[in-house]
Amino acid sequence: MKPFRYYRPDSLDHAGQLTSDAEARAIAGGTNLIDLMKLQVETPQELVDINTLSLGEIADTDDGGLSIGALATNTATAAHPRVRSDYPVLARAILAGATQQLRNKATTGGNLCQRTRCYYFTNIDQPCNKREPGSGCGAIDGIARLHAVLGTSPHCIATYPGDMAVAMAALDATVQITGPAGERSVPVRDFHRLPGDTPEKDNVLETGEVITAVTLPAPVGGKQLYRKVRERSSYAFALVSVASVVEMDGTRIARADLAFGGLAHKPWHDPRLSELLLGEEPTAALFDKAADLLLEDAQGYGENDFKIPLARRALAATLAEATGAEL
Amino acid sequence: MEQDKPNRECLLDKTPQGTLGKPLSRSEGLAKVTGTAPYAAEYPIADCLEGVIVTAPFAKGTIDSIDKEGCLAMEGVIAVIDDERLTSRPAQGTAGEAPVQKPRQIDYFGQPFALVVAETFEQARHAAKHLEFTFTADDLSQVPFDPEAAESERQEETRQGDVAHAMSDAKHAVDARITTAGHASAAMEPHAAIAQWDGSNLTVHASLQMLNYNISELADALGMDEDNIRLVSRYVGGGFGSKLGISQECLAASLASMALEKPVRVVLSRQQVFQTIMRRSETTQRFRLAAGDDGALSGFGHEGLVSNLPEESFAEPILQSSQFLYGGQNRLLGLDVARVHRMTAGSVRAPGEAVGMPALEVAMDMLAEESGVDPVELRLRNIPDAHPVEGTPFSSHKLAECLQQAADAFGWDAGPRKPRQRREGEWWVGTGMASAARVHNISKAKARVTLKPDGTALVETDMTDIGTGTYTILGQLAGEMLGLPRDKVLVELGDTRFPRGSGSGGSWGASSVGSAVYVACQGLRRELASRAGVNEDDVSLKDGRIANGPSLIDLLDGKDLSEEGFYEPGDIDDDFVAAGFGAYFAQVRVNRFTGETRVDRMTGAFGFGRVLNEKTARSQCQGGMVWSIGVALTEALHFDPQDGHLVNCDLAEYHVPVNRDVPELDVIMVEERDPAASPIQAKGIGELGMCGGAAAIANAIYNASGARVMDFPMTPDRVLAAMP
Repeated sequence: MKPFRYYRPDSLDHAGQLTSDAEARAIAGGTNLIDLMKLQVETPQELVDINTLSLGEIADTDDGGLSIGALATNTATAAHPRVRSDYPVLARAILAGATQQLRNKATTGGNLCQRTRCYYFTNIDQPCNKREPGSGCGAIDGIARLHAVLGTSPHCIATYPGDMAVAMAALDATVQITGPAGERSVPVRDFHRLPGDTPEKDNVLETGEVITAVTLPAPVGGKQLYRKVRERSSYAFALVSVASVVEMDGTRIARADLAFGGLAHKPWHDPRLSELLLGEEPTAALFDKAADLLLEDAQGYGENDFKIPLARRALAATLAEATGAEL
Repeated sequence: MEQDKPNRECLLDKTPQGTLGKPLSRSEGLAKVTGTAPYAAEYPIADCLEGVIVTAPFAKGTIDSIDKEGCLAMEGVIAVIDDERLTSRPAQGTAGEAPVQKPRQIDYFGQPFALVVAETFEQARHAAKHLEFTFTADDLSQVPFDPEAAESERQEETRQGDVAHAMSDAKHAVDARITTAGHASAAMEPHAAIAQWDGSNLTVHASLQMLNYNISELADALGMDEDNIRLVSRYVGGGFGSKLGISQECLAASLASMALEKPVRVVLSRQQVFQTIMRRSETTQRFRLAAGDDGALSGFGHEGLVSNLPEESFAEPILQSSQFLYGGQNRLLGLDVARVHRMTAGSVRAPGEAVGMPALEVAMDMLAEESGVDPVELRLRNIPDAHPVEGTPFSSHKLAECLQQAADAFGWDAGPRKPRQRREGEWWVGTGMASAARVHNISKAKARVTLKPDGTALVETDMTDIGTGTYTILGQLAGEMLGLPRDKVLVELGDTRFPRGSGSGGSWGASSVGSAVYVACQGLRRELASRAGVNEDDVSLKDGRIANGPSLIDLLDGKDLSEEGFYEPGDIDDDFVAAGFGAYFAQVRVNRFTGETRVDRMTGAFGFGRVLNEKTARSQCQGGMVWSIGVALTEALHFDPQDGHLVNCDLAEYHVPVNRDVPELDVIMVEERDPAASPIQAKGIGELGMCGGAAAIANAIYNASGARVMDFPMTPDRVLAAMP
């Protein structure tokens, strides 16, 4: 581990000042950052421990939504009565991730900012454009089992590994950010980026900015599901995951907000799916059309070719479960 | 004693103490779960320096120069050790001599070649990552990584009759190609050593399975006399084969301590454990099973391709139990070894049968379907009376009993079997079964048993307890023989100052060292009988006294009474085929959309001779069944096709089963005494639990979903691809 300086800011402004150094990293639960520091994948000069800030609150918002503080632990969020009753897809997604011990430490903000688990990113003896821009991508012609099939670039095929943010994308939550230029709000759906030619940037957070909370809109009706496909039933990242908020009006679909994990560099949300499904009767043919749309630009890299048919099947299974359609 | 004949009349069936076989909890369990049992790296040793190993970032070539000065300038760095005696590979199990050393000749990606020593661990790790060196790497296109494409040689072959002819004549024939992935031992405790050099003697606290061999390996590698070395491994956090021989950290810590004249600790990182310690070879296996109308085998072919580094003699022994498990007059068994530049292949959890048996038992399931014979019945019909080639008798054989008892307990339906018959919501539900078989291994061993004047006993041997329950069962054995409750027996293990035991490996520890303890106690009983003036055969010891006679305390009269027991298997090895047998039954559910498989329940019945402790024996069987789930569904080493490095080198990405993957595991221990296996009539347990179990799951996947997957592990993508 490279030596670093350790700071405890006494205010949000102070935290912003301290993290405005490009070599600084904010640390909350540390469940990902510390592992990466041991491997020297992350080598910050300064570590800014934001646990000193009061950002752990989970509170109702004025418009009937819910604000989840950046430092609320994943365990606290998943167990919160309003999350369980009004946003069950979020509770399910969180509980599908990591292990109890990790969720006890992991935070809202940290979970959003977790790095990819690409094997080439976490091994400093390997080329990786995300870790070391310009060094190449080992995964494209290597072992790409975990990797993305949507929104990839010739520079990076890594996935965003988390579950929580996938549910937040389906719920159309908003990330609250404060920084040198003041406060701003970014929809979760726009928070993570596609790799393009700058895969080193996972998300839109700028240097010196700190996430303060994620706000959920007022609850909507419908059935909320999180389906995570994986080899073992716990402590494994998604091969494919689907978060869904689906409401029926009689025999027709009245709402279908969907987001996908394991497919891309970000939680994948395609607004065209909602449009396609809205007002339709749920049938196998409809689900197939939705999958066609979702996967029309999908590209496999050999090892992960299976994700394309698997995503199709996971989508159909989720929609069938949500709508009661027989497949 | 040297065992040449079966021990049919075992004293342990007559002794009245009644402690042996009891389901006692592990005597060191509380210390382990409360964190007070010190593992290798945890001994509090003052002024201990910290060493971190440096590994090669390429698969084949040479390290040409190392910039020691630059590294020494870094904060806290004390030394860069690049001694020619550093080992580049771990020693194979029971080698008893130095492994390949040549640290600067790189043969696999991640091979250690130097050690950075610093005042703190963090400094050493940082400096190790920044050590500058020059190297010459071979042209990657010329380095063989893929076993299927590499040069190979035939290591082993058994031929009898003509299998090809039997296949063409057979009423029913199965010709199947089945692959299994490479595995890692994945023990919780990483490899670690603390070495202390006092100018003439070296003491190493290490995490090792076989101190009796390890001391010779270390002495040979260092060019030292064994008498000047002491190894201590009192608690070992899992071995699974990965700690059979000494590995890089042991030698690196020793060399650094000797060079610096200070204690040095070296702990491998999780990634280093995966990258530099033994792997289990991947396998490609071909089965040719020829059978008549009734399913009786007329031909049995099992050929396989495994891999290892050049210069390594070990080849994953997948044919071991295939030699004698089933009949078939025409036989061809052959094993080829491909030479590839991946880390050393060696013993990992039941080497051989752990992957040979699952593949065989999938082929047998295919034959059951092909012939229309019930899978259990098919096995029963093919149990040979003796070794099918050599004609050697079995010492004891409980396969039929295991199959029947497990089938009954599981509720096996012997009616006609067709896949895809039962659906519950999204899930196809089905059942499958498989036989278990594992050769019985046993080794020479010594143990000293001392009766103390206060009426307690002390057992001492350098045997290790790798989490299996050795402390507990040796105390039970000595207590049974000497008429003492378990808590009156102190067991001291894992120190080469004690008599040389067998070490833990190949499931041979309990029967080997147990027999040495048995022999030592026989000597003590003779002496006690003589002192009490009774006939040796009539002596009956219980609760610290001779029945109707004096107490041990009186007989000892204030002095220790000590006896060293020595056991060695003699000609008996050649006279009998000794093996553990068993059967597994599994019910699984396969998701019809995603191909995910979850095991609903699993029953295993095993015959392994005398049960020394019902609880630890059951735990061993359950552990094996858990590993079976790993082999069946999740475990696989993935190597980069371009530079040969192991990509999934931690416990997050190398998927062993987690609690949630493991259902209720029902274990039946079939009553057995095997008089030829060991004087105490016990055989190995630990490995037997995983020697075929993965096939019960694979066959259940087929029965549930119709997906006949031919490649282990059966991950969702493979199940989906094979689903009709």
